[in-house]
Amino acid sequence: MSITLQIPTALRAFTERKPEVTVEGRTAGEAVAALADLYPDIRAHLFDEAGKLRPFINVYVGGKNVRNAGGLEAAIPEGETLTLVPAIAGGCAA
Amino acid sequence: MSLIPDDRLPELSERDFARYSRHLILPEVGLEGQQRLKAARVLIVGTGGLGAPLALYLAAAGVGTLGLVDFDVVETSNLQRQIIHSNRDLDRPKVASARDRILGINPEIKVIPHNVKLTRDNALEILGQYDLVADGTDNFPTRYLVNDACVLLGIPAVYGSIFQFEGQASVFYAKQGPCYRCLYPAPPPPGLVPSCGEGGVLGVLPGIIGSIQANEVLKLIVGADEKEGSSLIGRLLLFDAWNLKFRELALEKDPACPICGAQPTLTALTDYEEFCGLTRGAAEVPVETISALELKARLDRDEPLQLIDVREPHERAIFRFEGARAIPFGQLIRRKNEFDPALDAVFICKVGQRSIYAIRALRNAGYTGRMLNLKDGSNAWARDVDGKTGQY
Repeated sequence: MSITLQIPTALRAFTERKPEVTVEGRTAGEAVAALADLYPDIRAHLFDEAGKLRPFINVYVGGKNVRNAGGLEAAIPEGETLTLVPAIAGGCAA
Repeated sequence: MSLIPDDRLPELSERDFARYSRHLILPEVGLEGQQRLKAARVLIVGTGGLGAPLALYLAAAGVGTLGLVDFDVVETSNLQRQIIHSNRDLDRPKVASARDRILGINPEIKVIPHNVKLTRDNALEILGQYDLVADGTDNFPTRYLVNDACVLLGIPAVYGSIFQFEGQASVFYAKQGPCYRCLYPAPPPPGLVPSCGEGGVLGVLPGIIGSIQANEVLKLIVGADEKEGSSLIGRLLLFDAWNLKFRELALEKDPACPICGAQPTLTALTDYEEFCGLTRGAAEVPVETISALELKARLDRDEPLQLIDVREPHERAIFRFEGARAIPFGQLIRRKNEFDPALDAVFICKVGQRSIYAIRALRNAGYTGRMLNLKDGSNAWARDVDGKTGQY
C-alpha cells in the first residue's frame, strides 16, 4: 500500500527538496522507515542510535498524532497522508 | 473566559474612543473588550521577526502594557524581516528601537523594555509581571524556559516558530490544554537543525506567523471562547508559505508531561542550556580551530590539507571556497571514508558553527584523523583573506 509523506521544510534538504514523498508501507512506522531507506541522510534526524523515533519529531496521520492514535505500529487507512512535524526554533532574532 | 478579571477594567478616555472605534463597533470586542485590552499586560519575548508584527499590532490594538525582552542590537541582516526596526536603528538595542516605534504608533500605552537575556534566574520575576506571554524567540533553550515558566506561573504562552518557508503557531496554556513539552518532550541536539542564521527565512513568513500570534493574544484577552470564537489551545497550525498551505493538527495534553502532567517531576526552572545539549561535558574533547589567515599561510606553503565545505549548494553559489571539496552537512557521516585520516582536514561553513557540529559528528562516527574548524567560517575568509566580497 502506498503512503504519501509530507516533508517539512526543515527536512527537505534530505529529500531533494521534495515536499511530498510516496513510499510503500502499512503502518506509520513502516512508512517512516521506508523514507529513511530511500533517503539515508535523513535517518539520523528521524531515529536515534537505538532506532527509536526522536522526541522532537511528531508523526501525524489524518490530523492526529500517532502517539495518541495507536503508535507507529498501528495500521493506517489506505490513501491517508502522513505528516512529519519537527520542532523548529526560529523566531529569528539574529 | 478572559484572562483579565472584571475588577481590573479601566475607564476609556475620549482619545481611546476615537482611536479604537473600529474595535468598539465590533460586538465581539466592544467597550468591555477594549477595556480588557487596556488593562492587559503582555510580554513579548524576542523583538525579532515574530516580535515585530506582534508588538506593532498589539500596540495599535491598545494593549495597555507591553513588555519587550531582548538583549540583541539591530543588525543590517535583521531588516529583511524585522519591520519594527529601521535603518537608522542599526547598532541600537532592539528593545530601544522597538519602544520608539511602538510609541510612535500609540503613545497611549506603556512599554517596558527588558534589555536582558532571559534566564532561569530572572524568568519567573519578569514573566510574573504579565498576564500572558507571546513567544517569538529563536532558540530551543529559551523556548523551553518560556514554556516552563508559563506553566509554573499559570499563564498562557502564545507560540510561534519559523524556519525557511514554514511556520508553526499554537497557544500553550497548561490550565486548559497541552504545553510545549507535551508536543516536543526534548529538543533536537545542537547542529541537527540549522538556525535561521544558517538556514535562512523568507522575510514575510514571520510577518504572517507573528500576526497570527497577535490575533491569538487579542482573543485570549477579550475572551473569544465565550463569544463563539476558539483559540489555538490544543491545536497546532502549520503554514507552508512556498506552497501557500495551512494545516491544522490536534494537540493533546501528555498525562506524563514532566511539567504539566498529572505528576510533574519538574517543579522549578532547570538548566536549559544543559537540557538542550549546549553545555559541553568535561569529557568532551575541544575542537581545534584555525584562523583564516593561518589557513591561508598553510595553503601558501603548499602544505597537504583536505578542505571540506559543509555548506549547502545554494550557499556555495554565493561564495565559492576555492579548492574545497563540497560535502553538505547531511552527507558527511555517509561519506566519511572519502577523507584521508593521515592528512589534516579543515572544515568550512558560513560562520564556523555547523563545522564544529560536523567535526563532533565525524568524531562520534569513528573518524580518527585530525580535524580543524575554520574559525568564523567562510565569512572570515571573505573578510580577512579575500577582501569584503563573499560575506553573507
